[in-house]
Amino acid sequence: MLTLIGILIVVAGFALRLNPLLVVTVAGLATGLASGLGPIEVVTAFGKAFIESRYVAIVWLVLPVIGLLERAGLKERARTVIAGIPAATAGRVLTIYFTVRQITAALGLTSLGGHAQMVRPLVAPMAEAAVENRYGEIPIATRRRIRAHSAAADNVAVFFGEDIFIAIGSILLIKGVLEQNGIRVEPTQLAVWAIPTAISAWLIHVTRLMLLDRSIRRELTAAAREDA
Amino acid sequence: MITLEHIYWIMGLLAGGVAIVNLRDHTNPKRYNNAIFWGLYALTFLIGSRLPHFANGCLVIGMVLVASIGKLGQGAGESTTREQREASAARWGNRLFIPALTIPAVTLLGTFVLKGAQLHGVPLVDQKQITSISLGLATVVALAVGMVMLRPPALAPLHEARRLWDSVGWAAVLPQMLASLGALFAVAGVGKVVAGLAERWIPLGSPLVAVVTYTVGMALFTMIMGNAFAAFPVMTAGIGLPLIVARFGGDVVVMASVGMLSGFCGTLMTPMAANYNIVPAVLLELPDEYAVIKAQIPTALILLTVNTFIMYLFVYRRA
Repeated sequence: MLTLIGILIVVAGFALRLNPLLVVTVAGLATGLASGLGPIEVVTAFGKAFIESRYVAIVWLVLPVIGLLERAGLKERARTVIAGIPAATAGRVLTIYFTVRQITAALGLTSLGGHAQMVRPLVAPMAEAAVENRYGEIPIATRRRIRAHSAAADNVAVFFGEDIFIAIGSILLIKGVLEQNGIRVEPTQLAVWAIPTAISAWLIHVTRLMLLDRSIRRELTAAAREDA
Repeated sequence: MITLEHIYWIMGLLAGGVAIVNLRDHTNPKRYNNAIFWGLYALTFLIGSRLPHFANGCLVIGMVLVASIGKLGQGAGESTTREQREASAARWGNRLFIPALTIPAVTLLGTFVLKGAQLHGVPLVDQKQITSISLGLATVVALAVGMVMLRPPALAPLHEARRLWDSVGWAAVLPQMLASLGALFAVAGVGKVVAGLAERWIPLGSPLVAVVTYTVGMALFTMIMGNAFAAFPVMTAGIGLPLIVARFGGDVVVMASVGMLSGFCGTLMTPMAANYNIVPAVLLELPDEYAVIKAQIPTALILLTVNTFIMYLFVYRRA
Protein backbone atom coordinates (compact mmCIF):
# COMPACT_ATOMS: atom_id res chain seq x y z
CA MET A 1 0.00 0.00 0.00
CA LEU A 2 2.88 2.34 0.81
CA THR A 3 3.92 2.21 -2.85
CA LEU A 4 0.82 4.27 -3.67
CA ILE A 5 2.22 7.26 -1.77
CA GLY A 6 3.50 8.72 -5.05
CA ILE A 7 -0.01 8.84 -6.51
CA LEU A 8 -1.27 10.54 -3.35
CA ILE A 9 1.48 13.17 -3.55
CA VAL A 10 0.78 13.83 -7.23
CA VAL A 11 -2.98 14.19 -6.74
CA ALA A 12 -2.57 16.45 -3.70
CA GLY A 13 0.21 18.49 -5.29
CA PHE A 14 -1.64 19.07 -8.55
CA ALA A 15 -4.86 19.91 -6.67
CA LEU A 16 -3.01 22.49 -4.55
CA ARG A 17 -1.31 23.78 -7.72
CA LEU A 18 2.17 23.50 -6.28
CA ASN A 19 5.01 23.62 -8.82
CA PRO A 20 4.44 20.41 -10.82
CA LEU A 21 8.17 19.78 -11.33
CA LEU A 22 8.65 19.70 -7.56
CA VAL A 23 5.52 17.59 -7.02
CA VAL A 24 6.59 15.01 -9.59
CA THR A 25 10.14 14.81 -8.26
CA VAL A 26 9.01 14.38 -4.66
CA ALA A 27 6.44 11.77 -5.75
CA GLY A 28 9.12 9.87 -7.68
CA LEU A 29 11.62 9.92 -4.82
CA ALA A 30 8.93 8.95 -2.29
CA THR A 31 7.74 6.05 -4.44
CA GLY A 32 11.29 4.77 -4.81
CA LEU A 33 11.97 4.99 -1.07
CA ALA A 34 8.62 3.35 -0.25
CA SER A 35 9.48 0.41 -2.49
CA GLY A 36 12.65 -0.21 -0.49
CA LEU A 37 15.36 1.53 -2.56
CA GLY A 38 18.07 3.50 -0.73
CA PRO A 39 18.42 7.29 -1.28
CA ILE A 40 21.33 6.96 -3.74
CA GLU A 41 19.57 4.20 -5.68
CA VAL A 42 16.45 6.35 -5.95
CA VAL A 43 18.36 9.32 -7.37
CA THR A 44 20.14 6.94 -9.74
CA ALA A 45 16.86 5.42 -10.92
CA PHE A 46 15.40 8.89 -11.43
CA GLY A 47 18.44 10.08 -13.40
CA LYS A 48 18.35 6.96 -15.57
CA ALA A 49 14.64 7.38 -16.30
CA PHE A 50 15.10 11.07 -17.13
CA ILE A 51 17.97 10.38 -19.55
CA GLU A 52 16.02 7.59 -21.24
CA SER A 53 13.03 9.91 -21.69
CA ARG A 54 14.98 12.63 -23.51
CA TYR A 55 13.35 11.76 -26.83
CA VAL A 56 10.15 13.41 -25.50
CA ALA A 57 11.93 16.79 -25.72
CA ILE A 58 13.01 16.62 -29.38
CA VAL A 59 9.91 18.55 -30.41
CA TRP A 60 11.45 21.70 -28.85
CA LEU A 61 13.96 21.79 -31.70
CA VAL A 62 11.20 23.48 -33.74
CA LEU A 63 11.43 26.60 -31.55
CA PRO A 64 14.26 28.43 -33.38
CA VAL A 65 12.55 28.26 -36.76
CA ILE A 66 9.03 28.90 -35.41
CA GLY A 67 10.34 31.86 -33.39
CA LEU A 68 12.14 33.19 -36.43
CA LEU A 69 8.97 32.98 -38.52
CA GLU A 70 6.88 34.60 -35.79
CA ARG A 71 9.38 37.46 -35.76
CA ALA A 72 8.86 37.81 -39.51
CA GLY A 73 5.06 37.95 -39.14
CA LEU A 74 3.89 34.33 -39.58
CA LYS A 75 0.91 34.69 -37.20
CA GLU A 76 -0.10 37.97 -38.85
CA ARG A 77 0.01 36.29 -42.26
CA ALA A 78 -2.10 33.36 -41.03
CA ARG A 79 -4.70 35.90 -39.87
CA THR A 80 -4.67 37.69 -43.23
CA VAL A 81 -5.29 34.44 -45.09
CA ILE A 82 -8.38 33.73 -42.99
CA ALA A 83 -9.56 37.34 -43.36
CA GLY A 84 -9.93 36.63 -47.09
CA ILE A 85 -12.44 33.83 -46.43
CA PRO A 86 -15.76 35.34 -45.26
CA ALA A 87 -17.35 31.93 -44.56
CA ALA A 88 -14.67 31.06 -41.99
CA THR A 89 -15.66 30.59 -38.36
CA ALA A 90 -13.54 29.31 -35.46
CA GLY A 91 -15.51 26.06 -35.45
CA ARG A 92 -15.14 25.54 -39.19
CA VAL A 93 -11.40 26.29 -39.18
CA LEU A 94 -10.93 23.79 -36.36
CA THR A 95 -13.20 21.22 -38.03
CA ILE A 96 -11.04 21.31 -41.15
CA TYR A 97 -7.85 21.00 -39.11
CA PHE A 98 -9.41 18.21 -37.02
CA THR A 99 -10.45 16.24 -40.09
CA VAL A 100 -7.11 16.56 -41.87
CA ARG A 101 -5.23 15.73 -38.68
CA GLN A 102 -7.34 12.66 -37.96
CA ILE A 103 -7.09 11.30 -41.50
CA THR A 104 -3.33 11.85 -41.76
CA ALA A 105 -2.85 10.25 -38.33
CA ALA A 106 -4.87 7.25 -39.53
CA LEU A 107 -2.37 6.97 -42.40
CA GLY A 108 0.46 6.93 -39.87
CA LEU A 109 1.48 10.56 -40.43
CA THR A 110 1.23 11.64 -36.80
CA SER A 111 4.12 14.08 -37.16
CA LEU A 112 2.11 16.34 -39.52
CA GLY A 113 0.88 18.52 -36.70
CA GLY A 114 1.48 19.32 -33.08
CA HIS A 115 1.18 22.18 -30.65
CA ALA A 116 4.51 23.92 -31.16
CA GLN A 117 4.74 23.57 -34.92
CA MET A 118 1.10 23.94 -36.07
CA VAL A 119 -1.32 25.03 -33.34
CA ARG A 120 0.54 28.02 -31.89
CA PRO A 121 1.83 29.61 -35.13
CA LEU A 122 -1.01 28.70 -37.53
CA VAL A 123 -4.19 27.03 -36.28
CA ALA A 124 -4.96 29.16 -33.22
CA PRO A 125 -4.27 32.50 -35.00
CA MET A 126 -6.51 31.37 -37.89
CA ALA A 127 -9.36 30.37 -35.57
CA GLU A 128 -9.05 33.68 -33.70
CA ALA A 129 -8.93 35.65 -36.95
CA ALA A 130 -12.13 34.00 -38.16
CA VAL A 131 -13.94 35.33 -35.09
CA GLU A 132 -12.34 38.77 -35.38
CA ASN A 133 -13.54 39.04 -38.97
CA ARG A 134 -17.13 38.66 -37.89
CA TYR A 135 -17.24 40.49 -34.59
CA GLY A 136 -14.25 42.85 -34.54
CA GLU A 137 -12.11 42.99 -31.40
CA ILE A 138 -12.89 39.93 -29.23
CA PRO A 139 -12.80 39.74 -25.41
CA ILE A 140 -9.74 38.06 -23.93
CA ALA A 141 -11.83 35.29 -22.32
CA THR A 142 -13.27 34.30 -25.72
CA ARG A 143 -9.82 34.45 -27.27
CA ARG A 144 -8.49 32.06 -24.62
CA ARG A 145 -11.40 29.70 -25.12
CA ILE A 146 -10.69 29.52 -28.85
CA ARG A 147 -7.02 28.81 -28.16
CA ALA A 148 -7.84 26.02 -25.71
CA HIS A 149 -10.15 24.47 -28.31
CA SER A 150 -7.41 24.70 -30.94
CA ALA A 151 -5.09 22.61 -28.77
CA ALA A 152 -7.94 20.21 -27.90
CA ALA A 153 -8.74 19.65 -31.59
CA ASP A 154 -5.16 18.57 -32.25
CA ASN A 155 -5.16 16.11 -29.33
CA VAL A 156 -8.53 14.49 -29.96
CA ALA A 157 -7.89 14.15 -33.69
CA VAL A 158 -4.51 12.49 -33.33
CA PHE A 159 -5.49 10.18 -30.43
CA PHE A 160 -8.49 8.74 -32.25
CA GLY A 161 -6.92 8.66 -35.68
CA GLU A 162 -3.56 7.02 -35.05
CA ASP A 163 -4.89 3.65 -33.88
CA ILE A 164 -6.27 2.95 -37.34
CA PHE A 165 -2.67 2.76 -38.56
CA ILE A 166 -1.23 -0.69 -37.97
CA ALA A 167 2.38 0.24 -37.22
CA ILE A 168 1.67 2.82 -34.52
CA GLY A 169 3.12 2.39 -31.02
CA SER A 170 -0.16 1.63 -29.27
CA ILE A 171 -1.12 -1.15 -31.68
CA LEU A 172 2.34 -2.69 -31.35
CA LEU A 173 2.06 -2.45 -27.56
CA ILE A 174 -1.33 -4.23 -27.58
CA LYS A 175 0.11 -6.97 -29.76
CA GLY A 176 3.12 -7.31 -27.45
CA VAL A 177 1.09 -7.46 -24.24
CA LEU A 178 -1.29 -10.06 -25.66
CA GLU A 179 1.63 -12.14 -26.91
CA GLN A 180 3.12 -12.15 -23.42
CA ASN A 181 -0.18 -13.66 -22.32
CA GLY A 182 0.01 -16.28 -25.03
CA ILE A 183 -2.48 -14.77 -27.48
CA ARG A 184 -1.54 -13.92 -31.06
CA VAL A 185 -3.53 -11.21 -32.86
CA GLU A 186 -3.12 -9.47 -36.19
CA PRO A 187 -2.46 -5.69 -36.09
CA THR A 188 -4.98 -5.21 -38.92
CA GLN A 189 -7.80 -6.68 -36.78
CA LEU A 190 -6.93 -4.33 -33.94
CA ALA A 191 -6.85 -1.37 -36.33
CA VAL A 192 -10.28 -2.23 -37.78
CA TRP A 193 -11.80 -2.13 -34.29
CA ALA A 194 -10.42 1.38 -33.82
CA ILE A 195 -12.65 2.67 -36.63
CA PRO A 196 -16.03 2.83 -34.77
CA THR A 197 -14.43 4.92 -32.02
CA ALA A 198 -12.66 7.13 -34.59
CA ILE A 199 -15.96 7.93 -36.32
CA SER A 200 -17.68 8.56 -32.97
CA ALA A 201 -14.85 10.90 -31.93
CA TRP A 202 -15.26 12.90 -35.16
CA LEU A 203 -19.04 13.19 -34.73
CA ILE A 204 -18.81 14.17 -31.08
CA HIS A 205 -16.03 16.68 -31.45
CA VAL A 206 -17.28 18.32 -34.64
CA THR A 207 -20.69 18.74 -33.01
CA ARG A 208 -18.98 20.43 -30.10
CA LEU A 209 -17.10 22.74 -32.48
CA MET A 210 -20.42 23.76 -34.08
CA LEU A 211 -21.79 24.46 -30.60
CA LEU A 212 -18.67 26.50 -29.91
CA ASP A 213 -19.46 28.71 -32.92
CA ARG A 214 -22.99 29.12 -31.68
CA SER A 215 -21.96 30.03 -28.16
CA ILE A 216 -19.39 32.54 -29.46
CA ARG A 217 -22.06 34.13 -31.64
CA ARG A 218 -24.51 34.41 -28.77
CA GLU A 219 -21.84 35.79 -26.45
CA LEU A 220 -20.44 38.40 -28.82
CA THR A 221 -23.73 39.64 -30.31
CA ALA A 222 -25.09 40.02 -26.75
CA ALA A 223 -21.96 41.98 -25.82
CA ALA A 224 -22.39 44.20 -28.91
CA ARG A 225 -26.01 44.90 -28.00
CA GLU A 226 -25.02 45.94 -24.49
CA ASP A 227 -22.46 48.34 -25.92
CA ALA A 228 -25.01 49.95 -28.23
CA MET B 1 25.32 6.09 -38.48
CA ILE B 2 23.11 8.93 -37.27
CA THR B 3 21.54 8.07 -33.93
CA LEU B 4 19.38 9.90 -31.42
CA GLU B 5 22.61 10.88 -29.65
CA HIS B 6 23.42 13.30 -32.50
CA ILE B 7 19.98 14.89 -32.22
CA TYR B 8 20.59 15.22 -28.47
CA TRP B 9 23.80 17.14 -29.21
CA ILE B 10 21.78 19.67 -31.21
CA MET B 11 19.29 19.87 -28.35
CA GLY B 12 22.19 20.43 -25.94
CA LEU B 13 23.59 23.23 -28.10
CA LEU B 14 20.16 24.85 -28.28
CA ALA B 15 19.59 24.65 -24.52
CA GLY B 16 23.16 25.85 -23.88
CA GLY B 17 22.67 28.78 -26.26
CA VAL B 18 19.43 29.70 -24.53
CA ALA B 19 21.27 29.60 -21.18
CA ILE B 20 23.95 31.99 -22.45
CA VAL B 21 21.45 34.42 -24.00
CA ASN B 22 19.61 34.44 -20.66
CA LEU B 23 22.81 35.03 -18.71
CA ARG B 24 23.55 38.17 -20.72
CA ASP B 25 20.01 39.53 -20.63
CA HIS B 26 19.77 42.30 -18.01
CA THR B 27 16.02 42.77 -18.64
CA ASN B 28 15.35 39.40 -16.98
CA PRO B 29 15.29 39.79 -13.18
CA LYS B 30 15.89 36.05 -12.75
CA ARG B 31 18.55 35.72 -15.42
CA TYR B 32 20.96 33.65 -13.29
CA ASN B 33 18.21 31.15 -12.42
CA ASN B 34 17.22 30.80 -16.06
CA ALA B 35 20.85 30.37 -17.10
CA ILE B 36 21.44 27.64 -14.49
CA PHE B 37 18.18 25.85 -15.36
CA TRP B 38 18.80 25.69 -19.11
CA GLY B 39 22.52 25.13 -18.57
CA LEU B 40 21.89 22.01 -16.47
CA TYR B 41 19.33 20.85 -19.03
CA ALA B 42 21.94 21.32 -21.78
CA LEU B 43 24.34 19.08 -19.83
CA THR B 44 21.79 16.24 -19.70
CA PHE B 45 21.75 16.29 -23.50
CA LEU B 46 25.44 16.91 -24.20
CA ILE B 47 27.02 14.48 -21.72
CA GLY B 48 24.02 12.73 -20.12
CA SER B 49 24.72 9.49 -21.96
CA ARG B 50 28.24 9.33 -20.54
CA LEU B 51 27.61 10.48 -16.97
CA PRO B 52 26.74 7.95 -14.26
CA HIS B 53 22.98 7.94 -13.72
CA PHE B 54 23.44 9.19 -10.16
CA ALA B 55 25.09 12.36 -11.53
CA ASN B 56 22.23 12.79 -13.99
CA GLY B 57 19.76 12.42 -11.14
CA CYS B 58 21.60 15.21 -9.28
CA LEU B 59 21.47 17.46 -12.38
CA VAL B 60 17.72 16.92 -12.59
CA ILE B 61 17.18 17.62 -8.89
CA GLY B 62 19.27 20.79 -9.31
CA MET B 63 16.97 21.92 -12.16
CA VAL B 64 13.89 21.22 -10.05
CA LEU B 65 15.24 23.20 -7.09
CA VAL B 66 16.14 26.19 -9.27
CA ALA B 67 12.72 26.19 -10.95
CA SER B 68 10.60 25.59 -7.85
CA ILE B 69 12.46 27.46 -5.10
CA GLY B 70 14.47 30.00 -7.11
CA LYS B 71 11.75 30.53 -9.77
CA LEU B 72 12.37 31.30 -13.43
CA GLY B 73 11.84 34.69 -15.08
CA GLN B 74 11.39 36.10 -18.54
CA GLY B 75 13.31 38.76 -20.43
CA ALA B 76 11.73 41.75 -22.20
CA GLY B 77 9.09 40.79 -24.78
CA GLU B 78 9.19 40.48 -28.52
CA SER B 79 12.08 41.60 -30.69
CA THR B 80 9.86 43.18 -33.36
CA THR B 81 6.79 45.42 -33.03
CA ARG B 82 3.37 44.51 -34.34
CA GLU B 83 3.77 47.09 -37.15
CA GLN B 84 7.10 45.61 -38.21
CA ARG B 85 5.63 42.13 -38.25
CA GLU B 86 2.62 43.22 -40.27
CA ALA B 87 4.89 44.94 -42.80
CA SER B 88 7.06 41.83 -42.99
CA ALA B 89 3.99 39.59 -43.36
CA ALA B 90 2.74 41.77 -46.23
CA ARG B 91 6.15 41.67 -47.89
CA TRP B 92 6.66 37.90 -47.69
CA GLY B 93 3.04 36.81 -48.12
CA ASN B 94 2.37 33.10 -48.26
CA ARG B 95 6.07 32.36 -48.68
CA LEU B 96 6.25 32.62 -44.87
CA PHE B 97 4.50 29.26 -44.68
CA ILE B 98 7.29 27.53 -46.60
CA PRO B 99 9.77 27.02 -43.72
CA ALA B 100 6.92 26.12 -41.33
CA LEU B 101 5.61 23.46 -43.70
CA THR B 102 9.15 22.26 -44.38
CA ILE B 103 9.11 20.66 -40.92
CA PRO B 104 6.31 18.12 -41.55
CA ALA B 105 7.35 17.67 -45.19
CA VAL B 106 10.95 16.76 -44.40
CA THR B 107 9.93 14.64 -41.40
CA LEU B 108 7.65 12.67 -43.66
CA LEU B 109 10.22 12.40 -46.44
CA GLY B 110 12.83 11.33 -43.89
CA THR B 111 10.70 8.51 -42.52
CA PHE B 112 10.38 7.05 -46.03
CA VAL B 113 13.83 7.79 -47.48
CA LEU B 114 15.88 6.87 -44.41
CA LYS B 115 14.11 3.56 -43.92
CA GLY B 116 16.61 0.96 -45.08
CA ALA B 117 19.03 3.58 -46.47
CA GLN B 118 22.60 2.34 -46.19
CA LEU B 119 26.08 3.75 -46.57
CA HIS B 120 28.87 1.18 -47.08
CA GLY B 121 26.57 -1.51 -45.74
CA VAL B 122 25.84 0.36 -42.50
CA PRO B 123 22.36 1.84 -41.95
CA LEU B 124 22.49 5.61 -42.43
CA VAL B 125 20.33 6.23 -39.38
CA ASP B 126 19.31 4.17 -36.36
CA GLN B 127 16.33 2.30 -37.81
CA LYS B 128 14.48 2.13 -34.49
CA GLN B 129 14.40 5.90 -34.10
CA ILE B 130 13.64 7.04 -37.65
CA THR B 131 10.68 9.31 -36.82
CA SER B 132 12.43 11.14 -33.98
CA ILE B 133 15.63 11.55 -35.98
CA SER B 134 13.67 12.72 -39.05
CA LEU B 135 11.89 15.34 -36.93
CA GLY B 136 15.22 16.53 -35.54
CA LEU B 137 16.78 16.77 -39.00
CA ALA B 138 13.66 18.46 -40.40
CA THR B 139 13.93 21.29 -37.87
CA VAL B 140 17.52 21.90 -38.96
CA VAL B 141 16.54 21.94 -42.66
CA ALA B 142 13.58 24.25 -41.95
CA LEU B 143 15.83 26.61 -40.01
CA ALA B 144 18.29 26.70 -42.91
CA VAL B 145 15.45 27.49 -45.34
CA GLY B 146 14.18 30.23 -43.03
CA MET B 147 17.64 31.77 -42.61
CA VAL B 148 18.37 31.84 -46.36
CA MET B 149 14.94 33.25 -47.15
CA LEU B 150 14.56 35.88 -44.44
CA ARG B 151 18.24 36.79 -43.84
CA PRO B 152 17.78 37.78 -40.18
CA PRO B 153 20.71 38.57 -37.85
CA ALA B 154 22.74 35.40 -37.27
CA LEU B 155 21.73 35.00 -33.63
CA ALA B 156 18.03 35.74 -34.21
CA PRO B 157 16.93 32.05 -34.10
CA LEU B 158 18.60 31.61 -30.72
CA HIS B 159 17.02 34.76 -29.30
CA GLU B 160 13.61 33.73 -30.64
CA ALA B 161 13.98 30.20 -29.28
CA ARG B 162 14.87 31.76 -25.93
CA ARG B 163 11.74 33.95 -26.02
CA LEU B 164 9.46 30.97 -26.76
CA TRP B 165 11.17 28.52 -24.42
CA ASP B 166 11.19 30.93 -21.50
CA SER B 167 7.50 31.62 -22.10
CA VAL B 168 6.94 27.88 -21.62
CA GLY B 169 9.45 27.80 -18.74
CA TRP B 170 9.63 24.75 -16.47
CA ALA B 171 6.61 23.21 -18.24
CA ALA B 172 8.97 22.36 -21.12
CA VAL B 173 10.65 19.76 -18.91
CA LEU B 174 7.48 18.42 -17.29
CA PRO B 175 6.65 15.74 -19.91
CA GLN B 176 10.10 14.25 -19.48
CA MET B 177 9.78 14.33 -15.69
CA LEU B 178 6.42 12.57 -15.87
CA ALA B 179 7.85 9.91 -18.15
CA SER B 180 10.54 9.37 -15.50
CA LEU B 181 7.90 9.16 -12.78
CA GLY B 182 6.08 6.53 -14.83
CA ALA B 183 9.28 4.50 -14.99
CA LEU B 184 9.69 4.71 -11.20
CA PHE B 185 6.05 3.70 -10.71
CA ALA B 186 6.73 0.67 -12.87
CA VAL B 187 9.84 -0.26 -10.86
CA ALA B 188 7.89 0.05 -7.61
CA GLY B 189 5.00 -2.07 -8.93
CA VAL B 190 2.32 0.60 -8.47
CA GLY B 191 0.20 -0.91 -11.25
CA LYS B 192 -0.09 -4.32 -9.62
CA VAL B 193 -1.18 -2.79 -6.31
CA VAL B 194 -3.92 -0.78 -8.03
CA ALA B 195 -5.17 -3.77 -10.03
CA GLY B 196 -5.20 -5.84 -6.84
CA LEU B 197 -7.32 -3.22 -5.10
CA ALA B 198 -9.77 -3.11 -8.01
CA GLU B 199 -10.15 -6.90 -8.00
CA ARG B 200 -10.78 -6.96 -4.29
CA TRP B 201 -13.29 -4.10 -4.03
CA ILE B 202 -15.36 -4.14 -7.23
CA PRO B 203 -18.00 -6.86 -7.67
CA LEU B 204 -17.30 -8.20 -11.17
CA GLY B 205 -20.15 -10.66 -11.39
CA SER B 206 -21.69 -9.78 -14.77
CA PRO B 207 -20.39 -9.31 -18.32
CA LEU B 208 -21.58 -5.69 -18.36
CA VAL B 209 -19.89 -4.82 -15.07
CA ALA B 210 -16.66 -6.39 -16.33
CA VAL B 211 -16.75 -4.20 -19.47
CA VAL B 212 -17.55 -1.02 -17.53
CA THR B 213 -14.83 -1.75 -15.00
CA TYR B 214 -12.32 -2.34 -17.77
CA THR B 215 -13.09 0.78 -19.87
CA VAL B 216 -13.55 3.14 -16.91
CA GLY B 217 -10.59 1.54 -15.17
CA MET B 218 -8.41 2.11 -18.26
CA ALA B 219 -9.43 5.79 -18.29
CA LEU B 220 -8.91 6.32 -14.55
CA PHE B 221 -5.65 4.44 -14.41
CA THR B 222 -4.41 6.36 -17.47
CA MET B 223 -5.27 9.59 -15.67
CA ILE B 224 -3.13 8.50 -12.72
CA MET B 225 -0.19 7.32 -14.81
CA GLY B 226 -0.54 10.02 -17.50
CA ASN B 227 -0.18 7.39 -20.19
CA ALA B 228 -2.49 4.72 -21.59
CA PHE B 229 0.55 2.58 -22.42
CA ALA B 230 1.30 2.19 -18.71
CA ALA B 231 -2.30 1.39 -17.84
CA PHE B 232 -2.97 -1.14 -20.62
CA PRO B 233 -0.79 -4.09 -19.50
CA VAL B 234 -2.00 -3.84 -15.90
CA MET B 235 -5.72 -3.52 -16.62
CA THR B 236 -5.63 -6.12 -19.38
CA ALA B 237 -3.83 -8.71 -17.27
CA GLY B 238 -5.91 -7.83 -14.19
CA ILE B 239 -9.45 -7.49 -15.56
CA GLY B 240 -9.63 -7.77 -19.35
CA LEU B 241 -8.17 -11.21 -19.97
CA PRO B 242 -9.31 -13.12 -16.83
CA LEU B 243 -12.86 -11.74 -16.80
CA ILE B 244 -14.01 -10.42 -20.19
CA VAL B 245 -12.19 -13.06 -22.23
CA ALA B 246 -11.73 -16.10 -19.97
CA ARG B 247 -14.84 -16.05 -17.79
CA PHE B 248 -17.40 -14.41 -20.09
CA GLY B 249 -16.02 -15.54 -23.46
CA GLY B 250 -15.44 -12.09 -24.97
CA ASP B 251 -13.43 -11.37 -28.10
CA VAL B 252 -9.85 -10.42 -27.32
CA VAL B 253 -9.36 -8.12 -30.33
CA VAL B 254 -12.41 -5.93 -29.61
CA MET B 255 -11.52 -5.80 -25.95
CA ALA B 256 -7.90 -4.78 -26.49
CA SER B 257 -8.53 -2.25 -29.26
CA VAL B 258 -11.45 -0.44 -27.64
CA GLY B 259 -9.80 -0.77 -24.23
CA MET B 260 -6.74 1.15 -25.38
CA LEU B 261 -8.98 3.86 -26.87
CA SER B 262 -10.81 4.13 -23.53
CA GLY B 263 -7.43 4.83 -22.00
CA PHE B 264 -6.92 7.65 -24.51
CA CYS B 265 -10.13 9.25 -23.16
CA GLY B 266 -8.35 9.35 -19.81
CA THR B 267 -5.29 10.97 -21.41
CA LEU B 268 -7.49 13.89 -22.48
CA MET B 269 -8.49 14.56 -18.86
CA THR B 270 -5.27 14.49 -16.87
CA PRO B 271 -2.52 17.02 -16.12
CA MET B 272 -0.19 14.01 -15.90
CA ALA B 273 -0.20 13.89 -19.72
CA ALA B 274 1.61 17.20 -19.64
CA ASN B 275 2.91 17.27 -23.21
CA TYR B 276 -0.64 17.06 -24.57
CA ASN B 277 -2.49 19.05 -21.94
CA ILE B 278 -0.27 21.42 -19.94
CA VAL B 279 2.43 22.37 -22.45
CA PRO B 280 -0.03 23.65 -25.11
CA ALA B 281 -1.87 25.72 -22.49
CA VAL B 282 1.39 27.42 -21.59
CA LEU B 283 2.48 27.63 -25.22
CA LEU B 284 -0.77 29.40 -26.14
CA GLU B 285 -0.28 31.85 -23.25
CA LEU B 286 -3.35 30.69 -21.33
CA PRO B 287 -3.19 31.70 -17.65
CA ASP B 288 -5.22 28.61 -16.64
CA GLU B 289 -2.93 25.59 -17.08
CA TYR B 290 -5.98 23.33 -17.09
CA ALA B 291 -7.80 25.26 -19.86
CA VAL B 292 -7.05 22.64 -22.54
CA ILE B 293 -8.16 19.80 -20.26
CA LYS B 294 -11.41 21.65 -19.53
CA ALA B 295 -12.05 22.01 -23.28
CA GLN B 296 -11.48 18.25 -23.72
CA ILE B 297 -13.44 16.79 -20.79
CA PRO B 298 -16.91 16.77 -22.48
CA THR B 299 -15.57 14.97 -25.57
CA ALA B 300 -13.62 12.54 -23.39
CA LEU B 301 -16.58 11.61 -21.17
CA ILE B 302 -19.04 11.16 -24.05
CA LEU B 303 -16.52 9.13 -26.00
CA LEU B 304 -15.73 6.94 -22.99
CA THR B 305 -19.45 6.16 -22.71
CA VAL B 306 -19.61 5.41 -26.43
CA ASN B 307 -16.55 3.14 -26.14
CA THR B 308 -18.16 1.23 -23.30
CA PHE B 309 -21.28 0.67 -25.44
CA ILE B 310 -19.20 -0.35 -28.47
CA MET B 311 -17.31 -2.87 -26.39
CA TYR B 312 -20.39 -4.27 -24.68
CA LEU B 313 -22.27 -4.61 -27.99
CA PHE B 314 -19.50 -6.32 -29.91
CA VAL B 315 -17.10 -8.02 -27.52
CA TYR B 316 -19.48 -10.85 -26.61
CA ARG B 317 -21.12 -11.15 -30.03
CA ARG B 318 -18.23 -12.27 -32.21
CA ALA B 319 -16.79 -14.96 -29.99
